[in-house]
Amino acid sequence: MIKNLLQGEKKVFMTGNEVIAWAAIAAKADIMYGYPITPQNEIMHYWTRMAPKAGKKFLQTEDELSAGFTTIGGVLAGKRAFTGTAGPGNTLMQEPVSMAEMMRLPMVIVIQQRGGPSTATVIYSQQETNLTCYGGNGEGLRVVYSTATHQDLFDYTIKAFNTAWKYRFPTFVLADGYQAKMRESLTMYDPKDRGIDMVPVEPILGKPGVPGIDRSPTHIRNTYNTEEELYDVIMSIAQDYEKFAPEIIEYDEQNINDAEIIIISHGVVSRAAYGAMLELREQGYKVGYFRPITLRPFPAKQLFNRARQAKMLIVVESALGQLAKLVKDAIYGCATPIENLSKPGVGIISEEIVERVKTLLKGGHFNVS
Amino acid sequence: MSVEPKMPKCWRKESKPHKFCPGCGHGLALKALGMAIDELGIQDKVVFGCDIGCSLLAWDFFDVDIVQTHHGRTTPVITGLKRANPDLIGIAYMGDGGGYAIGSQHLVNAATRNEKITAILVNNTNYGMTGGQMAPTTLPNQKTETSPYGRSIEETGYPTQGPEMVAAIARDEAYAARGTVANMRQLKGFFKKALQNQIDGNGFSFVEVLSTCPTNWRTDAKGTWKYLEEEMTKFFKVGEFKTPAAKGEQS
Amino acid sequence: MSNLIKIALAGEGGQGVQAVAEIITEAAHEDGREALYIPNFGVEQRGGVSIAFVQISSDQIRAPKFQKGDIVIALSERAIIRTKQYVDQNTIFVYDKSITNVEYLPQNAKYVLGIPAVEISKTELHPRVFNVVILGAVVKATGVISEQDAKNALEKKLGHKFEQDSNLRELNYKALQRGMELVEKVI
Repeated sequence: MIKNLLQGEKKVFMTGNEVIAWAAIAAKADIMYGYPITPQNEIMHYWTRMAPKAGKKFLQTEDELSAGFTTIGGVLAGKRAFTGTAGPGNTLMQEPVSMAEMMRLPMVIVIQQRGGPSTATVIYSQQETNLTCYGGNGEGLRVVYSTATHQDLFDYTIKAFNTAWKYRFPTFVLADGYQAKMRESLTMYDPKDRGIDMVPVEPILGKPGVPGIDRSPTHIRNTYNTEEELYDVIMSIAQDYEKFAPEIIEYDEQNINDAEIIIISHGVVSRAAYGAMLELREQGYKVGYFRPITLRPFPAKQLFNRARQAKMLIVVESALGQLAKLVKDAIYGCATPIENLSKPGVGIISEEIVERVKTLLKGGHFNVS
Repeated sequence: MSVEPKMPKCWRKESKPHKFCPGCGHGLALKALGMAIDELGIQDKVVFGCDIGCSLLAWDFFDVDIVQTHHGRTTPVITGLKRANPDLIGIAYMGDGGGYAIGSQHLVNAATRNEKITAILVNNTNYGMTGGQMAPTTLPNQKTETSPYGRSIEETGYPTQGPEMVAAIARDEAYAARGTVANMRQLKGFFKKALQNQIDGNGFSFVEVLSTCPTNWRTDAKGTWKYLEEEMTKFFKVGEFKTPAAKGEQS
Repeated sequence: MSNLIKIALAGEGGQGVQAVAEIITEAAHEDGREALYIPNFGVEQRGGVSIAFVQISSDQIRAPKFQKGDIVIALSERAIIRTKQYVDQNTIFVYDKSITNVEYLPQNAKYVLGIPAVEISKTELHPRVFNVVILGAVVKATGVISEQDAKNALEKKLGHKFEQDSNLRELNYKALQRGMELVEKVI
């Protein structure tokens, strides 16, 4: 007897890792594969406590390569399969993700960023932005949701399974150690109560019938013999990616219409950026807020249109220019100057952003009213 | 008029003749495997995973569902599939580099966890597809592209003893054997036992296959066969290393 | 965000500062307010100074950590040294009086309050309820949750133990009361 663990809406107060385990249950995920690494461990801890009660499975693998490739095996069997990792584990995870990109496999990966490079800290960072968006030996044909709150963690973990299975691209939920370990409130719900249908899953391999007799065998590969063969495959994947991107792209913008200065941030840092924007507005500065929620695909057009109306952009991140790179790429051709507040591996608070904006304005480089 | 050679029923005719080099042992190993699948009547249940290296050329070999994976990663892909859907019969097919070098951690841990999958490893004593480099299974003094003066035992150790290792670390329900393409009847028998062990839900099964690589060995037909039967068997003992106790029987 | 209250609690492992943070934030959450609590964590499973960062507000809370606390509580000498960075002229700094070496106490705080929580829990109560004395001190110093909310939170967390031994409930409530009194005295 499978127990329905989530009934009705429920306001709760818990850690982010616990939220993700609950969201995976709510999304009707079938199996998690994982390898211990801080700060994502408690996703596994909560999943392994709840999974048997909900008729779901877990496998602890020998490393993150195996966690990624077993997740792919679960997806091939037609199950909502996911894994979670961080830092050096994310580095290893890029190998299976690149296979999922090539073969359009809907794997879901939760990343709780920690300091880098190397082992660094187990605490917090936004230094896995490049890696999560563009890791592997390809063009980064995956979806990356960058979350900021526990409500985001719940909503976007559910959404990640649907995006993955609808569009057949590997899909990341990109959070961080702060979000993993902190407690705050959120509302949990059963997706169907909110009119969210889970995209149906189906076996990719091992469908019914005798292959070659009742049906054609399914043969999937990631190796190609000629340049032309590969080119056709990549271009067809890229074309799909471009086609679906407008449906997938998400962003948030506030007080942006008359903004002369736009603070650009993602993930947990955008909480501080939002606070800074409000504070600066109160003090009479025309400051706006832009937060890409999908880092892949990036809301490039949307940002470009805003950026060219502004007099200054400030990219704020707990990394040394990783979001800034995405921003520059997105708004190529826009002449608005870009400034930074970059603190790799360290949290950022509203007051620092306010101070930075004021310092920039005092410098007099920008003619802002 | 053409005469069609006799093939296992589960072989995919459209992908024949296959892409392996003339004289390569993969075709024979896959023939024995095809016969085993036919005789067990499991064509509708098998999902076949192949690795990188020459084994990848089997990506369209059978009329069964196939996934071609990354180097060394076939074992975890098939493990994940089997865990998610235990009704399928998962076969992970790889070379000696894939199983004993880059994917050795997966082989070891799948064996210790007693994953209910069948791993088949083809041992031809070198990395074939990349041009004949030294492999974990390269024999002492054997010349390869990265051991041009012969494999030095002092510097690079002895050939990996795979089935012996699996037998040592796996549970009593596991199966481990080494066959050879020089004895097809026996090899088919090992495959059947290995697959039967999975069908019975007993545990991990592993078969290493001694095979040939005339392209990189630079041998003629006679020399190829002599190397397989006389040189390789000096280091690689053919036979069963672990036969499963039925569930619950182990001490 | 004027009603935002920022609290840093620091002590040695085993002094129970994380449990205090958990109780306060859960009580605030139950009361319908926004609460955010994050522990410091590193590669060491045990040892080192344990710090809990707590924020409570009527609005959504921004960054999970902060630079300066409204109230900073340090329960060991190492905790004093470690938490000085969170103190400025608006901070109420509370330390335990059992710490004899006072040379590290912050000089820039609004108030520096020494309370004999260790001694009182040892002599009057039980060492196990030391952190409940601290909870009482925080409740009194910040007014961030009511005494009743704190009691409810204790009940929620320890109710199963209270069931087995009703003296425990009494002991915990008394500890809470004494903690509140200690702060009342010095303020």
